Amino acid sequence: MGKSAKLWLLWAVSALVFGGVIAAGMVYGGPGRPHLLIGKTTSGHHQIELSCETCHTEAFGGKEILQNACVGCHAAELKAANDSHPIKKFRDPRNASRLEKLDATQCVACHTEHKPEVTHAMGVTLPNDYCALCHQDVGENRPSHKNLSFETCASAGCHNFHDNRALYEDFLEKHAEAPDHKLKAYLELVANPPEKEPSEAEPITVADKADAPSDKRGEHSVTSEWLASGHAKGGVNCSGCHAPEQETPEAIQAAWVDKPDHKVCATCHSQEVKTFTEGKHGMRLAEGVKSQVAGFFGVFKDKPLSPMKPSLARLEMSPKVAEHEIGCATCHGAHDANTQPAKVESCQSCHTDEHSKAYTGSPHHKLFEAEQSGKGEKGTGVSCATCHLPRFLHLDEETYDETLVVNHNQNFNLRPNEKMIRSVCMDCHGLGFSINALADPEAIKSNFSKRPSVHIESIDWVTKRLKAREAAKKRRDQQ
Amino acid sequence: MMKMKSKWVTAGTVFSTVALFGAAAATGKGVAYKDVTDMLHAVMDSDRTVYTRKVVQRLVKKDKVIKASEYHDDDKALPLPAQMFRFGSEMVAERTDKFTYSLLSLWPINKQNTPRTEVEIEGLKYVAENKGKNFYGEETLGGKDYFTAVYADVAVAKVCVSCHNEHKDTPKTDFKLKDVMGGVVIRIPKT
Repeated sequence: MGKSAKLWLLWAVSALVFGGVIAAGMVYGGPGRPHLLIGKTTSGHHQIELSCETCHTEAFGGKEILQNACVGCHAAELKAANDSHPIKKFRDPRNASRLEKLDATQCVACHTEHKPEVTHAMGVTLPNDYCALCHQDVGENRPSHKNLSFETCASAGCHNFHDNRALYEDFLEKHAEAPDHKLKAYLELVANPPEKEPSEAEPITVADKADAPSDKRGEHSVTSEWLASGHAKGGVNCSGCHAPEQETPEAIQAAWVDKPDHKVCATCHSQEVKTFTEGKHGMRLAEGVKSQVAGFFGVFKDKPLSPMKPSLARLEMSPKVAEHEIGCATCHGAHDANTQPAKVESCQSCHTDEHSKAYTGSPHHKLFEAEQSGKGEKGTGVSCATCHLPRFLHLDEETYDETLVVNHNQNFNLRPNEKMIRSVCMDCHGLGFSINALADPEAIKSNFSKRPSVHIESIDWVTKRLKAREAAKKRRDQQ
Repeated sequence: MMKMKSKWVTAGTVFSTVALFGAAAATGKGVAYKDVTDMLHAVMDSDRTVYTRKVVQRLVKKDKVIKASEYHDDDKALPLPAQMFRFGSEMVAERTDKFTYSLLSLWPINKQNTPRTEVEIEGLKYVAENKGKNFYGEETLGGKDYFTAVYADVAVAKVCVSCHNEHKDTPKTDFKLKDVMGGVVIRIPKT
């Protein structure tokens, strides 16, 4: 073989190997994947950006592949948000001319991933005046809107494309007169939670009843913490978490897991774990999210993503805990199952951004301390969790039973932040004050230590319009 | 009736969840577009009238036990008859692309329900000016051909009139019982 032929062969083999490595990275994953990302992902997806299959569920296919992936994760929250622009509205052919301008039946028409250079708030990748495509004539029916820039529709605290539950006109009208601070200011679901069905299990009150194998007992403090916890009071023994569904000592010993994961917690706290895996803290642990998928004659095995850790975050985090992986026990403690640290302490152990640091000493913090010390009434304290892990009543759509749940998707109230108005703010504050506060970046930075310095005019406009209408009606009646 | 350009719909393309279709398709000769939209409208109009009279009018006006509200979830109230109709229409849009329907008006409370296509505009004017008659036409939307039928939507109960006349967004405040308030537009894509 001549030198030239050898070089050609070497080139061909190198090209095959190089191409194979790239193809394997794309299809199966592995350490080469980070280099294959075609652009920085949005803050909503960056935690799972190396699990390409989560969105690109098939290597080949049309736009329905991505659409199904979007809907698979986001459909339920859009439904719950009473989406103002649901896809089903655009399926009517009378919208064909509008769809030519903007295909609102496809999520990617507005939210294209891997395009950091054109990505705005809420992951929108269209120019911010997109409302003009369909609502150019809004000034005809709303004189207050004449000459307003279409860039301000969804960016000035007035409207959202999807969730307008706290912003629709009748709601603004109904709450127009509410004071900044309500006389009775407390969180309703904290102060007056619905009654729980009593546990049928016998409470466990003595250490002798612990069913952990002798070599797994651990420190005395572990048993004490567990005995004082809600788990022991609810009759949940060691095996309940470490060897679920096992009854005999032999079976417990055989099935014992030292560090049970979130899936074990989900057997009793399904909604909490479900929402945890929907948010930034637990998204990497969601079902089907993988760093590597099995294939190529067994060379590649299924591998889940590692749990989230502060070093992977884009927000400012404490370097001391950079590599701490986040699971249920990170905030709640493994054996005391104490929810107290998860209200403020756990949050501040990682989050060091301006808003998080400003919480200490803020009016909300003072109320929280007062409640903790017994000086404030139940439900009057406001912790990090109050706003970011809000309580809600989960409705079973078949039985109509409601269960009190703590939403562990920390992003639930932040997409956009007006979502917080009804679920949290309005328990204590008036609507106008809440809208202003959430539209003011400086007030947010100071963790609401400062009064809002912006004023959103939507309530004023509604009031003015209603007064004008009443006057017109009077004139008509007199005629 | 005007602008009747009926074509035949083969039995296979007829959406079969409505019992009437089953019977019609069983003839094996297919059903004319016009007959299909007429049948669909008979079901829609009857259900809509029943809801308006037997539920909303009875419970809101007569028994005064509950309100009807556009924001029925927040107000713990009944959905408005127009919403009830639209919810059904949106659910159908999720289940099939064999036909679509909508409730439009020349005097809409929600401005998004203003007629937009030429056939919608012509049809709504026609049914408003020709009481008891329907309008049938054809149009091309988004590169697809449609058979489009427009049926008058009539104020069948006092609540229709009072609610529309008093709504803050209404462009018309002098509706009377039995007036045409708008129209139901049904479209079938032509194969």
